[in-house]
Amino acid sequence: MRIFDPHIHMTSRTTDDYARMSAAGVRAVVEPAFWLGQPRTNPGSFTDYFDSLLGWEPYRAAQFGVVHHATIALNPKEANDPRCRPVLDLLPRYLDKDRVVAVGEIGYDSMTPEEDDAFERQLALAVEHALPALVHTPHRDKARGTRRTLEVVAASGIAPERVVIDHLNEVTIELVHGSGCWAAFSIYPETKMSPPRMVEILRRYGLERMLVNSAADWGVSDPLLTLETAEAMLKAGFDEDDVDKVFWRNPVEFYGQSGRLDLSAVAGADEPTFAGSSIKRGGE
Amino acid sequence: MTTIDALRKALTGTPGWPWLEEALAKAAERPESAVRPFSSAGRKAGRAELPDAPGWTADEAARALLLAALPPDRVAGDVTAFYQYGDADEKRAVLKALPLLPIGAQAVPLLLDAIRTNDARLLAAALGPYARHLDPPAWRQAVLKCVFMGVPLDAVHGLGERADAELAEMLAAFAEERAAAGRPMPADAAALLSRLTSEET
Repeated sequence: MRIFDPHIHMTSRTTDDYARMSAAGVRAVVEPAFWLGQPRTNPGSFTDYFDSLLGWEPYRAAQFGVVHHATIALNPKEANDPRCRPVLDLLPRYLDKDRVVAVGEIGYDSMTPEEDDAFERQLALAVEHALPALVHTPHRDKARGTRRTLEVVAASGIAPERVVIDHLNEVTIELVHGSGCWAAFSIYPETKMSPPRMVEILRRYGLERMLVNSAADWGVSDPLLTLETAEAMLKAGFDEDDVDKVFWRNPVEFYGQSGRLDLSAVAGADEPTFAGSSIKRGGE
Repeated sequence: MTTIDALRKALTGTPGWPWLEEALAKAAERPESAVRPFSSAGRKAGRAELPDAPGWTADEAARALLLAALPPDRVAGDVTAFYQYGDADEKRAVLKALPLLPIGAQAVPLLLDAIRTNDARLLAAALGPYARHLDPPAWRQAVLKCVFMGVPLDAVHGLGERADAELAEMLAAFAEERAAAGRPMPADAAALLSRLTSEET
């Protein structure tokens, strides 16, 4: 089984995690830029973080046979802090880089006017730099936040198939399904989604434009819940090809839209993925 | 050591050349415009080794030409920004380009930054010809760090000429620690130590 975790914060994880992930079949990850638990107080903290996502972390991952890409953005929570907002002007410096496969995580935390502004500006940056967008949905007031997210995405002019709406659940998938955007689900030990609930959603809504991630970070989370969900799919009657679609071909297709996904270091990555799209470097 | 002209010749006629020529013309007019092509150089110019510029890949050479196209009065400052905002490949390209640019010793802080990292690719790139501007203690520490991290010593430009008795002493102490721990000394470091000590006697 080959697994691509399309959303995981490896900066917060140890080399033990990399070793366990590698042994479980995780061959590729995307690490979205997000907050760190401890608030940042200046743009330099962001650029050091971006630097780490594009330099040190892929280097660390490679030592365990894991290919690492990143998404870059000012996250919704810190978009509210005037000390952090100047990083918006530094983002263009990062958005043409090789291992940047989307703008993200963007979207809403508390749905403030500041978040509206950062969200809209960063969707425009995604269009300008020919990147997909990874959109976080809020923990609180999630359904309203998801509805508003879809309105802002539609108004931005970005193609819906280049947008993934993340951290969905049984309620909010109803809103995203049929919008043309990709739907993503984070499997957590206690909160968000669980493997059995995820399998039910896949049964009900199908496998098209669906992404499943561990979103593992510095909180209670588990980088192997991708594997556990894949095994739950098999037990529930999905076949190996279905699992490969959800846990490999779908993330390859979504992030492959950047033209920058480089899986040349992954054995077997050249197996048929999806029609007409190259995952090779230079596929832009 | 290669030159900017040699890199230009090695890139002329490659598939990415028309793209690069246009980017270079724009950068000469408006230096700020070099930022985007500098980042996308690998996707546009390719990443193959250049047969006519041994040790250089197409993207590294393209990035060196973009830096060389900057106005001489601002190149030192801009190089620092390209390094600071660069991913690992971009940082490597900056480090390799330093000896080819009209900047004297102004970029030494970039070498010191690369040497502080634990990224073997950056450490190796910091010890090219531009490392002649490092003072002897910093240079010796960097060589020893290569040994420690398993970076092959052939990455160190001018090692034969610059290695001195002080470095020999540091290598000997390191060899002693390794022996005490029952771990081997890398062969190239052992050979260097043996050569340096035999020269002394």
